[in-house]
Amino acid sequence: MNPVLKLLIDGGSLSTGQMAAVLGLSDAEVNQHLDQLKKDGIFLGWRPVLDLSREAAAAAAVRAVIEVKVTPERGGGFNRFAERIARFDEVESCYLMSGSYDLLVFVKGASLQKVASFVSEKLSTVEGVLSTSTHFMLRCYKEQGFLLEGGEAQTTRLNVAP
Amino acid sequence: MSTDPKRWVAGHVSTLPKSGIRDFFELVAKMKGQDVISLGVGEPDFVTPWHVREAAIYALERGKTYYTSNLGLLELRREISRYVEEHFGVAYRPDDQVIVTVGVSEALDLCFRAFCNPGDKVMYHQPCYVSYHPSISLVHGTGIAVPTYARDNFALTAEALRAAWQPGAKILMLNLPCNPTGGTCTREQLEKIADFCREKDLLVLSDEIYSELTFEGTHTSIASFAGMAERTIFLHGFSKAFAMTGWRIGYACGPAVLIDAMMKVHQYAMMCASIIAQEGALEALKHGWDQVLKMREQYHRRRDLIVRRCNEAGLKCHLPRGSFYAFPDVSPTGLTEKEFAVGLLEQEKVAVVPGTAFGENGRGHVRACFATAYDQIIEACDRIDRFVQRAGRGQGASG
Repeated sequence: MNPVLKLLIDGGSLSTGQMAAVLGLSDAEVNQHLDQLKKDGIFLGWRPVLDLSREAAAAAAVRAVIEVKVTPERGGGFNRFAERIARFDEVESCYLMSGSYDLLVFVKGASLQKVASFVSEKLSTVEGVLSTSTHFMLRCYKEQGFLLEGGEAQTTRLNVAP
Repeated sequence: MSTDPKRWVAGHVSTLPKSGIRDFFELVAKMKGQDVISLGVGEPDFVTPWHVREAAIYALERGKTYYTSNLGLLELRREISRYVEEHFGVAYRPDDQVIVTVGVSEALDLCFRAFCNPGDKVMYHQPCYVSYHPSISLVHGTGIAVPTYARDNFALTAEALRAAWQPGAKILMLNLPCNPTGGTCTREQLEKIADFCREKDLLVLSDEIYSELTFEGTHTSIASFAGMAERTIFLHGFSKAFAMTGWRIGYACGPAVLIDAMMKVHQYAMMCASIIAQEGALEALKHGWDQVLKMREQYHRRRDLIVRRCNEAGLKCHLPRGSFYAFPDVSPTGLTEKEFAVGLLEQEKVAVVPGTAFGENGRGHVRACFATAYDQIIEACDRIDRFVQRAGRGQGASG
C-alpha cells in the first residue's frame, strides 16, 4: 500500500513535512504520493472535522438523514438515481444500503424549512422515488472519530518512569 | 539512646540504593511548565482500549467487587492458558499452572521470594529493568550481571552467560525484548541459552512483557523449547501490549509445584489481584488482539523514525527489535550519558534516561522511549539534533 495512504488511514493530523519525517521521505516524495493518490481517485481532498454546535451562527444549520426508497431501473439499477441525488448541493453523503430502504442521504441546510423544502420539492419529486423518511439530527456525540464531549483526559503519564 | 527513626529500617533495605530513575524524575519534575518533551516514560501513550474499560465498568455495575480465588478468576486463567498456547506455543493447565498477579513486578517478586534462599545466585542480563537487582537483594540473594552489548544489538549471548557463570548459580532471569535496550534473541541464540540452562540446571524466570511488540521476526519464548517449560516460569502481563499499565495486572505460568510455592507467598502478601483489573484483562484477551496489532504498527513506524533521526544526528543507535525503547550510544558527542541527559534536558527540554540507571553496562547510552505521538518525536529529534551539533562543537556540556 502507498505509505502516505497508510498514514492518512491512521487518521493522524500530520503535515506533509511531518509525514515526510515519519516515512523517511522528502517533502517532494510525499507530494508525489499524494498526487498519485489524487490521480487514482483515492485521495479526494482535505476537510476539517468541526464541532459547529460551539459556533452560534453555524450551529443554526440543520442536518438530516433521509431514507429513500426508489424503483430500480432496468439497465441502470440504482446508480442513476444515486448519482442524480448526490449532485444536489444539500447532499453531504449518499450511500446505497441493504435492508428496508435503498439510499441513505445525509443532508445539510441552513434551516429546517430549507431541508424540508429540499425533501418535498427536490428529492421526493425525482422520478422513480417511491418514498422518503426524514430524520433530523438533534445532537452530535462523535464526529468522524472525534469525541465531541468527554474525550480522554489530558495525559497524566509520569514524565520519567522505569 | 538514638531517637532517629532510621534505626528501625532493616539493614538490607537501608543499604538498598535508590533507583537512578528517581533522581532523574526529580530533575524533570523541577522543570514543570517548561515545554519538556519526555522520552523518559516507560509506558504506552495509548489509553486502554475502550472496550476493555467498558467491560471493567460493567463488572463494577454488576457488583463484581469481591475477592477472587488466590490464583485469579478461573475464566481468566483459562483465557490466559489459551492465549499463551496460541502465541507462545506452550500449554499450561489453568487449574494449577497459572497464577494471576499484580503486574509482572509482583510475579517477579513472588519468584524471588519463593525460589531464593539467602545467598542463592541469580544471573540476569544488564542493562536491565531497574528492579531486578534490588529484588534479588531483598531476598538476600546474590545477583550476577551478565553484560549485553550494542555490537550484538543487545541480545544476550550464551558466550557472555558462560563467561559470567559462577558455581552454584541457580536462577537465570531473562527479559526479552528488553527494557531499556529493545534487544532480544533470535531463535538460534535462545536455543543456545536453553542448552546452557539445561547444562547448568538453571531455573529460568522469563519476563516477556514486551513480546507482542516485536518488530522483526517472531518472538520465541524460551519455555517453548523441549524440556524448558519444566524449568521456566513464564512471566507476562497486560501493561505494554494492551496499554494497561495502571491496572497492575499480570500473570505467571510454570510447573504446578513452583506456581504453588508462588501462590503461598501471594496468598499471604496480596490475597489476589483486583477483580476489576482481572475483568478488564479477560476482555482484553478475548477481544483485544486487533488493537494490539494496530498499536504495534504505530510503534514500529515510530521506532524507524527515532532510530533514523538519532543516527542522522550523529549518535550510534542500533535497531531495537522489540519494546518501545531506543538506546542510542551518545559517546560520539564526547559526553557521558549523564552529561548528555542533563544537558539535553536543561538546554533543549527533552527528557531521556541515562543508561546507567539500568546498570553499569548501560554506560554511554541513554534510553529514549518512542511511545509518544509523531509530532512530539519529530520535535524531540529536532532538539536532539541541535544539542548534538552543539556538543560536537564542544559546547554541549557547558551550554
